[in-house]
Order: sequence, then C-alpha cells, then structure tokens
Amino acid sequence: MAVQPIRKPTRLEPWQDPGQKPYVRIEKVTKTFGDFVAVDEVSLSIYRGEFFALLGGSGSGKTTLLRMLAGFETPTEGKIFIDGVDMAGIPPYERPVNMMFQSYALFPHMSVEQNVAFGLKQDGVAKAEIAERVGAMLDLVQLGKFAKRKPHQLSGGQRQRVALARSLVKRPKLLLLDEPLGALDKRLREQTQFELVNIQEKLGVTFIVVTHDQEEAMTMSSRIAVMNHGVIAQTGTPTEIYEYPQSRFVAEFIGSVNMFEGRVVEDQADHVLIRSEDAGCDLYINHAVSVPSNATVAVAVRPEKIALSKEPPANADGRNVTGGIVREIAYLGDVSIYLVELKTGKTVRVTAPNVVRRTEMPITWDDEVYLSWRPFAGVVLTQ
Amino acid sequence: MMRMGKLAWALWFGYAFLYVPIALLILYSFNESRLVTVWGGFSTKWYTELLQNDQLLGAAWLSLQVAAMSATASVVLGTVAGLALARFGRFRGRTLFGGMITAPLVMPEVITGLSLLLLFVALEQAIGWPDGRGMTTITIAHTTFTMAYVAVIIQSRLVSLDESLEEAAMDLGARPAKVFFVITLPIIAPAIVSGWLLAFTLSLDDVVVASFVSGPGSTTLPMVIFSSVKFGISPQINALATLMMVVVATGIFIASLVMARQERQKKRDEQMAVQGG
Repeated sequence: MAVQPIRKPTRLEPWQDPGQKPYVRIEKVTKTFGDFVAVDEVSLSIYRGEFFALLGGSGSGKTTLLRMLAGFETPTEGKIFIDGVDMAGIPPYERPVNMMFQSYALFPHMSVEQNVAFGLKQDGVAKAEIAERVGAMLDLVQLGKFAKRKPHQLSGGQRQRVALARSLVKRPKLLLLDEPLGALDKRLREQTQFELVNIQEKLGVTFIVVTHDQEEAMTMSSRIAVMNHGVIAQTGTPTEIYEYPQSRFVAEFIGSVNMFEGRVVEDQADHVLIRSEDAGCDLYINHAVSVPSNATVAVAVRPEKIALSKEPPANADGRNVTGGIVREIAYLGDVSIYLVELKTGKTVRVTAPNVVRRTEMPITWDDEVYLSWRPFAGVVLTQ
Repeated sequence: MMRMGKLAWALWFGYAFLYVPIALLILYSFNESRLVTVWGGFSTKWYTELLQNDQLLGAAWLSLQVAAMSATASVVLGTVAGLALARFGRFRGRTLFGGMITAPLVMPEVITGLSLLLLFVALEQAIGWPDGRGMTTITIAHTTFTMAYVAVIIQSRLVSLDESLEEAAMDLGARPAKVFFVITLPIIAPAIVSGWLLAFTLSLDDVVVASFVSGPGSTTLPMVIFSSVKFGISPQINALATLMMVVVATGIFIASLVMARQERQKKRDEQMAVQGG
C-alpha cells in the first residue's frame, strides 16, 4: 500500500455534524440507457471541502453519476442539488462546476497558456486579470516555463497538471475528476496523489473523484462511496470501508480478505461466537451482531491481522486459532504473503511484515503453522 | 539479386503504365506538327496560340470558378451533414441517413445529371428560377455530388475526434455554437481542406453531369476537350493540359514539403517532451 498523506483531523467531520448542510445533494437519481440501468436510485450528500471518491469497477455507474453532476447527462429520475440549487435543465456551461477529464481533453491547437485561459475568456474576464490568474495557476502546478508549449510537446504528467490547472483556474466550488491519475505510471501516480491533496487543501475546493483504483481512493479521499451495478454499496471514511465493510462485495473489493462461512451459536451483547467448518475452529468476535441465532453468516478477516507461528499460540482456547500447511510464499520486500492451506482444505492468505533483516525465513514452504487472530479482527457480514 | 531484379522490373513497368501517357502528352505539346501523332520537330507555337484562344481560356476560367464555388458550398453543407451524422447519437433512421449520404458516391453520373436537369427545368417552369442553364446550374449540380464526398471525410474525422474536447470547452463555459467555431472547426480544419481539394478536383474533372445541366455559352473545359475530339485534338489542348499539370504538381510538391517539415518538427517536439520528463 502506498504511503498515505494523513489528513489532519481538525474539526468535527461535516458528515457527522447535523448542523451542516450538504453542498451537493443527490436525491434518488436513476439513469437508464435503453434497458440498461447505469445508476439506480442513488442518494448522496457531499459536504463543502470534502475529497469524495466514487469507487467502483467498470460499469458500476460511477462515471455516469459524475457526468450527471457536470451536466453532460440528464437524470432519468431524481434530482441533483448543488449549493441548494436544483440542477435540472441547467446546461454544463452554466453550472458552478468544472471537470477534469480522464483523457485530459487538452485543446491540441492551443498552447498551455491558452488552454488554461480558455475558461476565463468565456467569462469575459479582463485580459490583465486572465494573464495574472493563469500565471499563478501555472506556478501552482509548476508548469510556469512550459506556458508557450503545445500539449503534444508535454509528457503525460505535465499534461495531467495542465488539465488540473485548466479546471481549477475558474475557482469552481466543486471540481469533478474522472480517473485523474489513470494515465500516469505508478511512481508518478503516488507523487501526484500528494500534490492533488495539497492543492485541494490549499484552495478549499470540494473534489469528487471517480476511480477504479482502491489504493488511490484510500490515499486521497476523506470519504469513499463504493459503487456496484449502479448502486452505492457503502459510504464511509477509508478506515470505515476497510475495517468495517458492510457487505461481502465491499470487503472483497477493497484490499484482500479471507472469508469464512459459519453459523451463529452464541450471540451476546459483547460478543458473538460463530462455528465455522471452513476455518476449522470457532470464531470469537468482540462485538454484537443483530442476526437470529443459527443464522449462516460470513466472517471477513484481513490477511495482515492474522499471526503465523510454528508453536501453538499462548492462551489458545481453540477460538480464533487454526492450523495449516504453508503452500506459497511471496516475498515483496517490506512484507511477505503466505498462502496457507487449512486442514479443512480452504486456502488462507496471511501478510506478515519483514521486521528483522534476514535471508532465511523462519517459516518456509510445507511448514506446519498455526494461524491466530485477535477478537477484534473479524467482521461479521450478513449480506 | 535475381529477386531484386524482378521487383525492379515490376516497379518500372508499373510506373511506365501510369506515366508514359502523360509524358507523351507533354512531349506532343511541343510538337511542330499539327497532327498529334506525328512528330514534326520542337516548337512552342501551340502555347502562343493557346494564349490567343479565347474560347479555350474562357472554358478553363469557367471551370475554375465553378470548381471553387461548388467546393466551398459542398464543404459547408458536407460539414453540417458530417456533424449531424457523427454527433447526433442514435436517432431514428440514422443508418438510413448514413447510407443515403453515401449513395451519390455510387450513383451513375448519367442518372445524377439527368435528374438534376429535370429538376432545373421543372423549377424554371414553376418559379422562374434558375433562369436558363449555365454557371449557376453547373455549380449547384457539382455541389450535390461533391458534397457526399466531403460529408464522408468530415464524418470520419469527427468520429475519431475525442468528444471530451467539446465537453471540456462546454464545461469551461463556452456555449455550443462557440465550441463549434473555437474548438471543433480548428481541429478538423485539415479534413475540411482536404475535402475542399477533393471537391475542387472532382468538379474540375466532371464532364458528364456538366453536359446535362450546362446551357449555351457556358461550356466547361472538360466539355470543350471532349467535344473537340470529334474534329481532332488540337495540340493547344496538350499545351493547356501541360500547364495545368505543372500547376498541380507544384502545388502538391509544396504541400508535401510543408507536411514533411511539420512531421519532423512534431517528432522533435515529442522527443523534447520525453526528455523534459
């Protein structure tokens, strides 16, 4: 996972503050193309200053939703409010919104400077002011000396920054970004993630980003909405989405996860006990779930929350402990990934950090190992 | 080496097939003799005579005017048609309209010419316009069939044009009409220029459609050449053809030179962009 620019928690987050009014309100929006339902009764509230990510695979409806915000598509049903104003019937050129396109959509026949100035020119801003604001914006994205170049004379990263500058120069209240980093290589992408977050915090603009890259969404955004088949599967902060997924889809879409099927045998206020044939042990989880006893549920355990050992772990009472044989090891430098085949036949993925420097691994292929995890590690999924 | 030899022969034969007739035409334009097929020594007298032949020069001038006007008109109409086909999405009967725009490309010219003649005659009887047949009717006729070519060229260019360019312009506050003139038009300009040139050439070439819709006193150059065959071609026509070829060849040579230079410049720019990181 990439290094995360940590957001400083300065105040009560706006989505938890009942006094806050959402800046963008999407109300039961549906969009159909013929028989195909691209977006299905989606409702969302996005607050001023947020860095909001719409995350999903291809065909999940995320781009369609973004295009409806920009005004390139009209909702079949439902309403969109930006700053309290109903956007129905308002064309793209009259919305207080700018968009950064996946292809960047730089005008090939104009220089960098003219590209950035285009939006201001449409608004009839005075020439001196245009020059000043374009200059300042190009400095912000560190492209001052490329002002006279044409887009084809720039590298991919530079084009991306021109596109960003062009969409920000009009000082929109809301910026829509369609896969902003999709066309960049990995190293440049990580660097640009930081830049995007910094620029967003500096200018205080509300960002809505569409991405299929979960790492990108986790790194940059204040909140994420995970979309699947036109429906929002879950909305929450990156931590909430990762640690407390509400459905199998979300758990499996974000990061990797081990899924155990089981039956609830004990359901108390402070814990649940789940008997799992899959895991070959009882799963003890220290939070309550509201499911009928004997219900079949799935328990998700993240690979990095499982500990590997050759000796049976201390305090093992048969709960959250199981055994298996190491089948595959992938050494990634910072971490190693172990694929362990349990006695029940299920393969479990375990990630362990390589804290100590060594050339020989203490645990190697075909070793018999114990897997154990703490009571907080598992998440019960009922959907 | 054997192989190379055979290939070289094939090459020579191919080019000879294309260029020997033209070379002969140029050669005989400098022929002293009045008979086109008999060499009577070198002379430039046919060029001198050509410059005094008002009928031939007048026809050439008319042809150029008609070609320029109909090319311009067909570029305007063709761009609009291409735009509608490429940008209106899926409307009812789109395939039908798409097919209908290309139909004139395969329609026999005789039919195009005859139907236009009937239309002009009917129009003249009904509303008194066009008043007789001449330059106007030839221009209109040429516009009808060259427009189809232009529409196809523009449409294919627009299909490959990234639609998000137009959306980006709109997103930045430009109204649709402005987007067209400031973004779309400059980007597809090369396609428009090549469409215009194609239309110009097609119009300059045409003899069949023009024969149907021209009237007395308005004879295009191809018509003059065609009709003069009956009395034996005067070497003046060779001279005129040679002159036109020189003009066209020079134009093409300059155009390709400019294009090659732009290509080199673009390659250098891209190199610079990669190095500039």
